[in-house]
Amino acid sequence: MDVTAHAFKSNVKAALKDMQLQRALSGLPTGLVAQRTAAKAKLPEFEALRDVGRDIKDHTLAHLDLYLEAWEKKATAAGAKVHWAPTAADAREIVAGICREANARLVTKGKSMVSEEIALNAHLEAQGLEVVETDLGEYLVQIRHETPSHIIAPAIHLTEAQIEADFRRQHTHLPKDRPLDEPVQIVSEARDILREKFIKADVGITGANFLIAETGSSIIVTNEGNGDLTQSLAKVHVVVTSIDKVVPTLEDAATLLRLLARSATGQEFSVYTTFSTGPRRPEDADGPEQYHVVVLDNGRSALLDTPFREVLRCIRCGACMNHCPVYGAVGGHAYGWVYPGPIGAVLNPALIGLDEASHLPNASTFCGRCESVCPMKIPLPGLMREWRRQEFASGAGSAVGRSALKAWSYLARRPRLYHLATRLGIATLSALGRTRGAFRSLPLAGGWTRHRDLAAPQGRTFQQLWAEHKQGVPR
Amino acid sequence: MSDSAAALRRDKVLGAIRSRLGQSDGRSRTAASRIAGQAPHLVPERSRRDAAGLKELFATQLRAGNATVVAVASEADLPAAVAAYLRGQNLPLAMRAGNDTWLRAIDWSREPALSIAEGPAVPDDEVGLTHAVAAVAETGTLVLASGPANPVTVTFLPETSIIVVRAADLVGPYEAAFDLIRQRYGRGTMPRTLNLVSGPSRTADVGGRLVTGAHGPRRLCVMVVG
Ligand code: SF4
Repeated sequence: MDVTAHAFKSNVKAALKDMQLQRALSGLPTGLVAQRTAAKAKLPEFEALRDVGRDIKDHTLAHLDLYLEAWEKKATAAGAKVHWAPTAADAREIVAGICREANARLVTKGKSMVSEEIALNAHLEAQGLEVVETDLGEYLVQIRHETPSHIIAPAIHLTEAQIEADFRRQHTHLPKDRPLDEPVQIVSEARDILREKFIKADVGITGANFLIAETGSSIIVTNEGNGDLTQSLAKVHVVVTSIDKVVPTLEDAATLLRLLARSATGQEFSVYTTFSTGPRRPEDADGPEQYHVVVLDNGRSALLDTPFREVLRCIRCGACMNHCPVYGAVGGHAYGWVYPGPIGAVLNPALIGLDEASHLPNASTFCGRCESVCPMKIPLPGLMREWRRQEFASGAGSAVGRSALKAWSYLARRPRLYHLATRLGIATLSALGRTRGAFRSLPLAGGWTRHRDLAAPQGRTFQQLWAEHKQGVPR
Repeated sequence: MSDSAAALRRDKVLGAIRSRLGQSDGRSRTAASRIAGQAPHLVPERSRRDAAGLKELFATQLRAGNATVVAVASEADLPAAVAAYLRGQNLPLAMRAGNDTWLRAIDWSREPALSIAEGPAVPDDEVGLTHAVAAVAETGTLVLASGPANPVTVTFLPETSIIVVRAADLVGPYEAAFDLIRQRYGRGTMPRTLNLVSGPSRTADVGGRLVTGAHGPRRLCVMVVG
């Protein structure tokens, strides 16, 4: 997909003015956020499970090469063909090669963020293949020529009215006056149209939520059942996944699955959790004749000996974005690349470079909600701060911003000077503003006063007030 | 792409991981012993119950996910229960099923109007009948193993899915169900697909509103026998 992370600031301006988007996003607090809260309340062990989940992933990452090799051995013994892809280009070409060899014309797809990351659809289409997304949200996004704006709810930026209009525009073979104002009518129409695709498809591509070393399996988690039809009806099943998805055993997977659905949609468990191991067996009545797994690195291994290793624990539940005030205000597309929200702010600079994505770790209020809900306890704000530190250390950023930060850090490390400077500053502002009560504009603070007034200080700094308060309080 | 290119790519990915992690002693042993047997981690209290309690939890959880749950006293009563459900939903009495030995041993002729076609599902099939190897009370989840006995298309293609499970195969947490699978297939071995099913298919992709019946079955009826 096109990267527009560098244009984050103008993306944000457009998003804030987009009334349809704002209407669509307004459902988040009562939707996914409230549902997660309710699910958590129903499971007293939820918080303790987060610690266990973090430890499982930390253990796995410390032995990552070994678990991947063990998984590969088991998968291969069950008849899987395992392909390793150092880069996105390698992964794209491997999948295209599998399709060529199968003489494929029609490819169906279940939801896969890794396939977005490697821009798979465009690559396959350029080779003359028809590629159809079958997750309803992904299908909605595909017929609009857009990309997902959320990692588990790809069409969360769309209103029902927009979807109805898209269906009328896209499905012109159906009666013009058919009713489509209820979600159930939209879903039925999509079901009929995609049924045909499932049945005709030559290759079915899915992602994987986990790989299991003990059994050589890949796991997908869905609610619609589209992933299962995708991988069962085509003669070739291709799993597109990445090195960070492996876990050692079924017991490890059980713990992570308990966290995943609750954190993602607030369900106790997703409707379908499917373990796939190898292609159909000789005695089987159905299932794919070939089963391929493409395992992508694309910059992940390079994080293993950095502070960003922790981000490889991510199980892609989406809770961090659902709870993020920045995501809630601007939606996912503003982030300008595959992974939006706090996880994107930490992961995208690692995968596409800090040059391109430097705005993202700065787009945070550091309110800490993402870290407090992350089932894998990833310290997302701390890692964003680390990117900011690296950005500053590399000499990037505007000259004004850098000098301001330098001046600030000089002052912040000299408390006496700091207190003197703030006392002077506050006293001056107070004297200037006392009669007006607030400033409409201020030199050097245009970023603030363009959008709201700055209340005039009352005359003393917080430190002064605090000192007086302490003196006044009897010990 | 050639095999040697594939081998190079493999070395590149695994080599990059190894060089970043360093190779301390004992890593291989640690990983191998975990794969050979990992005790369950924290298992939620809610599934520690007696058989009656598990049955109740299982049904409550499934119903919360919009499934129908029917208690059937014995195998002999299953044909009547299935026929009654289908009639109640105004559905045809023709079903699709695999060649599951247990389902086959049931005397379906007690309900002469019922018919079962054996084999993988085709798009016109309206009702699928499958037999779950286990059921998990914790979240109201059925565990289906694919194979000639229960082809995976029978679980996903028809609009109505009837899944039968024996009360004796009902366990508390997922870990206990995985142990049953290990007993049946051997440790480290799995059927082509193991499907964990917790309700009829659903989506919330249109305006965040929940709709039951996306691509998989619109209706799920679970019959607990015994
Ligand atoms: S960072 Fe945490 S909260 Fe965000 S998607 Fe990943 S696991 Fe979920």
